[in-house]
Amino acid sequence: MNKNYSILTKKTTAKKVCSFDLLCTFAQILESTNSLLSKDIMIAKKSITFIAVLVLALVSFKSFAGDEGHHDKGNTIDTPKEIKEYIGHHLKDAHDFHLFSDNASGKHYGFPLPVIVWTSKGLKTFMSSAFHHDDAGHIVVEKGDVKLTKVHSKIYELDAGATTVNFDAHHHPTNAHKVLDFSITKSVFGMLLAGLLMLLGFTALARGYKKGKKIPTGFGRVLEPLVIYVRDDIARPNIGEKKYRKFMGFLLTVFFFIWILNLLGLTPLGFNVTGQIAVTACLAIFTVIIYLFSGSKDFWAHTLWMPGVPVVLRPILAVIELIGFVLIKPFSLLVRLFANMTAGHFVVMSLIALMITLKEAFGPVGSTGMSLVLALFISVIEILVAFLQAFIFTMLSSLFIGMAVEEHDHH
Amino acid sequence: METLLNDFSVGLFVMQAVILLILILLMRKFAWKPILNALDERETGIEDALKSAENAKREMENLQASNQKLLQEARTEREAMLKEAREIKTKMIEDAKTEAKEESEKLMQQAQASIETEKKAAIADLKSQVASLSIDIAEKVVRQELSNKDKQEQLVSSLLGEATLN
Repeated sequence: MNKNYSILTKKTTAKKVCSFDLLCTFAQILESTNSLLSKDIMIAKKSITFIAVLVLALVSFKSFAGDEGHHDKGNTIDTPKEIKEYIGHHLKDAHDFHLFSDNASGKHYGFPLPVIVWTSKGLKTFMSSAFHHDDAGHIVVEKGDVKLTKVHSKIYELDAGATTVNFDAHHHPTNAHKVLDFSITKSVFGMLLAGLLMLLGFTALARGYKKGKKIPTGFGRVLEPLVIYVRDDIARPNIGEKKYRKFMGFLLTVFFFIWILNLLGLTPLGFNVTGQIAVTACLAIFTVIIYLFSGSKDFWAHTLWMPGVPVVLRPILAVIELIGFVLIKPFSLLVRLFANMTAGHFVVMSLIALMITLKEAFGPVGSTGMSLVLALFISVIEILVAFLQAFIFTMLSSLFIGMAVEEHDHH
Repeated sequence: METLLNDFSVGLFVMQAVILLILILLMRKFAWKPILNALDERETGIEDALKSAENAKREMENLQASNQKLLQEARTEREAMLKEAREIKTKMIEDAKTEAKEESEKLMQQAQASIETEKKAAIADLKSQVASLSIDIAEKVVRQELSNKDKQEQLVSSLLGEATLN
């Protein structure tokens, strides 16, 4: 236990040193973007004031709503248990796009998203509004010959003959099984949105070049340094001058994809795409496939039959290296991104919830003020983390690719 | 761990894989390739421009150096020409001087020579005139002296006296 702990602390200090470096680079980027945007700084200032006013208004509105909360009607969330459930619900994927709720009347505002599921009787599609915001398996949707219900953001198919869902002690359904769910969930919607934003932004930049303009104008002036940053500071040093070009498509796409999704997660739209373990796992598996399939002869030679060590040790080393490349490295990639984003969302929401949970102790003004200051502080850090995690994912991906494509000089 | 596995949605994974793949392909084709190509082009363009500027600078320097050299050459040539001219001038003056001197010396010698001959002629003339004059005078004196007999004897005796003394 002790040993484990010491290893952990070592790792965290190493990470801290690393993240300090990253902070510096991030600051440089910010500076360069700032200088680029210096012309528009007045406008930016104005919009910042506008946002601040909006946030203040919203926060005061929320605290007001908290004061007026009624326990008997509606779905006001004002007990620690409800808050915990609410946050847990937010961290999961959702089948409809929920914008806000009128907590006094219990009415939800948002729009439904299409549900596409592969059941035992084939493909079924319908809109998520069929569930009427139910997430506890109360409403059973009948589609032809299958009965579907939704429990904790998962769609279950009821076993033949069952009409209602039975739960065990851990609230797992006992007479229903999960179906393959290809729905356009909130996360998928977020990904599509991010993809659309990327396509729009970067094809505009590309078109600008095609028109013969050597220097981008408008928003391209912000995007171009970022592309150059990924190329010159992430891909080139890690992969090498000769081979980096082949991987730029993947690295750039992944970098901006993760960054945009992380930033979308900080908006009141409440996306938590990069906090879905399936998403981060998919990203990590892409990286693994890319570096395993582009591994050079040297890489495989060094991984499977390490030269320069006693022959007896070579198979053991090969097993360790293989496990490292096939399991541990992608696992660290996917867990890092997932855990950071989930924790970030959890902390921000918990801090916002402070104004309710601490109202008893500090009064409405004190708890709201505290919640505002802390949530603001953490949000600023989360903006940094949003970039940092995109950077780290891309950085490590290119590092692993670099390891795989490296060709050693033969001594 | 169990909740993590429970939260893992295969459907979301598949959707993400499909979307990411399509996105990578689309972005590669429509965004990254043209952007990276344009960046490369621009960078090589800048490099070339810098290089050609450097070349132009070097050429300019060369040109300036050769200009300087030409100027220097011209200056030295002018200097040499001036020097030569000065030398010619002094030499000419010198020559003229010596020539004039020689000429004047020659003239002087000629003049002296003619003066000498003139002098000699004059002297000779004077001599002959003095001789004839003295002969005339002597004739006249003798004539007068010898007109008296006593005197003639006296003279002869004096002359004789003189001759014996010698």
